Amino acid sequence: MRPRTFERGIYLLGRKEATQNKPIEDIPLPPEVVIPLHQHVGAPCDPLVQKGNRVLVGQKIGDTDTFISAPIHASVSGEVKAIEPHPYFMGTEVLSVVVVPDGEQEEVRLEVPDQDKLTPDRVRSIVREAGIVGLSGTVFPTHVKLLPPKERPIDSVIINGCECEPYLTGDYRSMLESTESLIVGLKIILMTVGAKKGYFGIGVDKAEAIKRIEDLTAREQNIEVVPLDTKYPQGSERHLIKAILGREVPRDGVPMDIGVLVQNVATTIAITQAVREGKPLMERVLTVTGPGIKNPKNLRVKIGTVARYLIERCGGFEGEPGKIIFGGVMRGEAQFSLDVPVVKGSQGIVVLPKEMAEISSPRPCIRCGRCVKVCPMSLIPAFIVTYVMEDKIDEANAAGVLECIECGACGLICPAEIPFIQYIRFAKNILLKERKT
Amino acid sequence: MAPEELELVVSVPPHIREREEVFQIMFWVILGLLPATLGGIYFFHFYAIKVIVLSILAAVATEALFQKARRLPVTINDGSAIVTGLLLALCLPPKVPWWIPVVGGFIAIFLGKQIFGGLGYNIFNPALVARAVLLLSWAEHMTKDWYTALKVDAIARASPLFLAKQVKMGLFQLDLTRFYKICLFGNPSGCIGEVSVLLLLIGGGILLWREIIDWRIPAGFIGSVAVLCPLLGMDPIFHVLAGGLILGAFFMATDYVTSPITPNGRLLFGIGCGVITILLRSYSILLEGVTYAILFMNACTPLIDKYIQPRRFGVSKGK
Ligand code: SF4
Ligand code: SF4
Repeated sequence: MRPRTFERGIYLLGRKEATQNKPIEDIPLPPEVVIPLHQHVGAPCDPLVQKGNRVLVGQKIGDTDTFISAPIHASVSGEVKAIEPHPYFMGTEVLSVVVVPDGEQEEVRLEVPDQDKLTPDRVRSIVREAGIVGLSGTVFPTHVKLLPPKERPIDSVIINGCECEPYLTGDYRSMLESTESLIVGLKIILMTVGAKKGYFGIGVDKAEAIKRIEDLTAREQNIEVVPLDTKYPQGSERHLIKAILGREVPRDGVPMDIGVLVQNVATTIAITQAVREGKPLMERVLTVTGPGIKNPKNLRVKIGTVARYLIERCGGFEGEPGKIIFGGVMRGEAQFSLDVPVVKGSQGIVVLPKEMAEISSPRPCIRCGRCVKVCPMSLIPAFIVTYVMEDKIDEANAAGVLECIECGACGLICPAEIPFIQYIRFAKNILLKERKT
Repeated sequence: MAPEELELVVSVPPHIREREEVFQIMFWVILGLLPATLGGIYFFHFYAIKVIVLSILAAVATEALFQKARRLPVTINDGSAIVTGLLLALCLPPKVPWWIPVVGGFIAIFLGKQIFGGLGYNIFNPALVARAVLLLSWAEHMTKDWYTALKVDAIARASPLFLAKQVKMGLFQLDLTRFYKICLFGNPSGCIGEVSVLLLLIGGGILLWREIIDWRIPAGFIGSVAVLCPLLGMDPIFHVLAGGLILGAFFMATDYVTSPITPNGRLLFGIGCGVITILLRSYSILLEGVTYAILFMNACTPLIDKYIQPRRFGVSKGK
């Protein structure tokens, strides 16, 4: 059977060879961790500790009463050295708790009920207390996603195993190494939202993961593994749903509107660990990779570890570094500094050497139509940027600039080197501000 | 690894490129035109070489001089002026006076491209603008004396389209199917680039394979001609093969800048070109409709772009 997919998009080079066969490694404790108190979509947390306090692994160090938010936990045991603003991967500064580990790794865990006494409400409260958020670019608090409104029931849950960003392999390794937790996680989610059917949507480039999950779910009537074409951006929620269920999320809607819930691999495993073992979210798997890294690896990393330390653990730079990217090369953010900490949403750190870190020199659009051909939202990126350049924000709005998912496909292939995302974000900012007022 | 030593580039995603440069695209277009160019040179020898060289030189020189004069960056190394010059040469008869390709190359770049603002801004296909101006201004050079270049028999040296028109007017009887083979393999009575449909198709095939051009334009163009001809009592195969239709459908109508940007828009554009070509060939005094059909559709491109847009993701069809 041909793998399923969506319309348009683009076939990218996977560039995953360097790390796809390397098991996830644990690393020694870093000399300090910097844990930002705002790592998610929603309200920032207030600190619950003070300078000089001793904190334990898994201890809650930040929280808020706001529904759309998620608490923050210490990833090491040790002394709070400071609570101060610190560079954050988005280019801003965020109030962060700096902890110097004492090496003991003394731990506290959440209280969990017997597994046969689990109720949806109990799962939601554990997930919230564990500080679980979407562990990809979206970082939306998971307990909110697990509470669909009554009038819009969820019928299908999809686990996103596409990892369509080049270079990154953390999800792939997790699918192989934590297969059982992953499947249990899907079952917990299905129970919590009362959905009938669960799907694993996995790129065919990850044949081994497909096979392993298929083997372990062969006897589950309500779980299906769906092999997907290795096209970018297949991992986008909307395009994943389209490929698997054939449904389209309305342009101004969310998956919940059409009865679907999408979770990514890392989040699903984190849910299992929280619900079964009472383990809060304080570490994550990420890939430190790229041609600018000597010895690329998949690592299990304490939240708050700075990039500098991780790069050292991977043998340092290969050649002269030109760009340090948090996230992937298609959607991630380039960094000014090596002192930026890994947060819950960090899927990878990609280092590109000088010669790959080109600065684009935009020229007039030659109307080749390539951007139209690849845009997964079926927009006309060429027109949108022209409107923005001419300061016609309303026209850009009419042309659908707010629908752009910032996948970067248009910028990847444009012969005129137009920095689409720059213009698109500019227009979005203006429009979203207008909307608020 | 002190941060002071690092010069990090910070820019918006994506952080990798998998693009084709403009000059690479132009390289493929030139390669696609190469079989027909060589075919023209094979048939017309020195005459063809002269026209091709002069036309390209005039186009490139005009671009460079204009940009120098306006103190703009000189962009002749993107290859687009070479393509324009070559395209113009291929739709000129081989035995024009030397100044025709020179004037043509100048008009193409100056009137057709630079006064609009250069590559990306022009509305009409530059090579066709030049050809249209030359046709209107020096019709006798552009049509009459092309076949004196070679000694060939009377049938082969008359333009097939000219004969077809006379047949249609009932002046005499002629079986047009005898032209199929001539047009396909070697027809020394047309422009330099039109001697062999087969060579043009080889080049067009290369561009389709490399996805340099969108199949929808030639498909719409040729398809609509093939469908419309029988309805008007014309021989479809003959009209597809004769004249500049294949050259126009694969290499002129597919010019990025002057054709629509969306897939469906391109299909419509191709169909429009085909329909107008056939209407001109059958109802006007013109022999050849391709040039004016494409120029007319060039003018329609902004309108097509405005109204023929893909259905956006997550927008229901009715809305
Ligand atoms: S890809 Fe670039 S050059 Fe081509 S149409 Fe889009 S914006 Fe224009
Ligand atoms: S316009 Fe937005 S959604 Fe479309 S290709 Fe570009 S970045 Fe992706």
